[in-house]
Amino acid sequence: MPEENGNGNNGKRVGLLERVKAGVKEDVQSLKTDMPVKAKEQIEGLKDPTKTQVYTSIFRHKHDDTPRNRALGVLSNVFLHLHPAKINRDAVRYSYTWGMGGITFYLFIVLTLTGVMLMFYYHPSKVQAFRDVLYLEHDVPFGKLLRNMHRWAAHLMVIAVWLHMFRVFLTGSYKKPREFNWNIGVLLLVFTLLLSFTGYLLPDDQLGFWAVTVGTNMARATPMLGHEGPFGAMLHMTPYNDVRFGLLGGSIVDANALLRSYIWHCIGIPIVASVLMIVHFWRVRKDGGISGPAPVMLAAEVREPKK
Amino acid sequence: MDWRQLWDICSAPDNVPIVGLIPLLIFYIYLAWKQAKANDELIGELETNPAMAKTHHRKSWPFRPGWQKEIHVWPFLLRVEFLAAMIVTIILMVWSITLNAPLEEPANPNLTMNPAKAPWYFLGLQEMLVYFDPWIAGVVMPTLIIVGLMAIPYIDTNPLGSGYYTWKQRKFSIGTFLFGFIVLWIAMIIIGTFIRGPGWQWFWPGQTWDHNRLIYEVNRDLPDLFGITSNLGKAIFGGIVVGGFYAIGGFIMHALFRRYNPKDYKRMSLLQYSIMMFFVLSMVALPAKMLLRLAWHIKYVWITPWFNV
Repeated sequence: MPEENGNGNNGKRVGLLERVKAGVKEDVQSLKTDMPVKAKEQIEGLKDPTKTQVYTSIFRHKHDDTPRNRALGVLSNVFLHLHPAKINRDAVRYSYTWGMGGITFYLFIVLTLTGVMLMFYYHPSKVQAFRDVLYLEHDVPFGKLLRNMHRWAAHLMVIAVWLHMFRVFLTGSYKKPREFNWNIGVLLLVFTLLLSFTGYLLPDDQLGFWAVTVGTNMARATPMLGHEGPFGAMLHMTPYNDVRFGLLGGSIVDANALLRSYIWHCIGIPIVASVLMIVHFWRVRKDGGISGPAPVMLAAEVREPKK
Repeated sequence: MDWRQLWDICSAPDNVPIVGLIPLLIFYIYLAWKQAKANDELIGELETNPAMAKTHHRKSWPFRPGWQKEIHVWPFLLRVEFLAAMIVTIILMVWSITLNAPLEEPANPNLTMNPAKAPWYFLGLQEMLVYFDPWIAGVVMPTLIIVGLMAIPYIDTNPLGSGYYTWKQRKFSIGTFLFGFIVLWIAMIIIGTFIRGPGWQWFWPGQTWDHNRLIYEVNRDLPDLFGITSNLGKAIFGGIVVGGFYAIGGFIMHALFRRYNPKDYKRMSLLQYSIMMFFVLSMVALPAKMLLRLAWHIKYVWITPWFNV
């Protein structure tokens, strides 16, 4: 370095310094002049956030209240697109729909969320299950509320499913072309009851234990497949190979039964029920949306199919 | 009157849903009945006035020319859904804050709960255990209920009443469903929840549960009443009685159905007709067997070496 300084090139060096100085001066000046302008532009832009790139990348259409945007709001949204864009003016009447199908689905979502949170605190083993529930009730923040919500949402879901079926029957909504979807609905009703029943055993208390004991004891009597059922003995059914053994993973309600009901409750049945729900909702749309309220039909207008 | 006992039953946390279901059902039946009545009146009016039938919009709700027939889902349906979700959330929150989920002692196979009750939604089936052997009450009947429900759309050939509440146009199907759902399913659950006490004995609402009560009930079998003693005789006799129930009951049903539902009768195929007959008669068999048991203490009708009915 000292060598270079002695070469008489100082003039050049000074020139460089001048240029750097001038450049920096320019930069400072640009900060002074340009930034306020940009800042002003930025603040102007904030007045309408819907024009920002972030916004337009998330929402695929404008939010102005036009018929087109109302339709797009439903059609371009993955969660809402199960709905059509427009429906009959009477189809939103609560006195017709009772809203029980939607409430059932909402409760299923509530149960999934609370259920996943409960799983963080629960071990499906005879040693820990009951203690985990005690721990949830007394130590986990909001644990008691969490468990209560899961319990009561489950009961509400059973009620909502029954009322949904009742409404669908009373309005004749299972008739052509909705026969198949009624069948999916019956299966979903059964799975709702099974979900509730498998959850009953999980606290591993007297209530669940005896309810499940009573329930699965009936499986002993299954014709042909149970060891106490008609023709069961003839087919060599014993307490150790019949259908009840398969349900409980043993001949009594014990550790294996707890694990099995846990897996059915948390994984098996929810997956099957979710698949059936997808089909159920899809078919509601494909079969022409909600069945009514339809214009009344007169007996004289029925066209009898040719025999 | 033991109000305390009644309160204990009604306020048991797991019984609260069934206590709540009763007023809910009454409300929704009223709601459906109100609309069915309005629609039936409209149908009657349109049937007598063909000119009106040609121009009328055919709903009991008002509609004027110029009104939009269709409305946007956003916001008109979504706001209803949002409101429903909010209301359910509030109900659920309040319920969960005010009432704790039950938790009994740790499971103990050596200490039997008395009464050992299933969850309330299965108590109808548990109540059936009084009248039928477990293979019928616990396995065959639930299967028949599920299969029967699934068969409904394929055996109900009546094209009327699709998409609106009515009674006049669907008396038979609605009547049958109300009988099955309200009288059999819900009423059995109410009996199982509120009436059955220790030992699954009958305690009227307000009667104190007596854990030491013994009832001396001598149940008889139907063949005994007719002095049939041999096993072969019992098996043949029972088969005749059960078969006779379906045959004679089926004949009476047939006579009534073709008179009062001639159009449905004409429309239905042999398969549809026989499936409907089987399910309706099996449904009637339930209260019939209950009557035999409660009025004449008859346990079995049909006794064979393999199964008893």
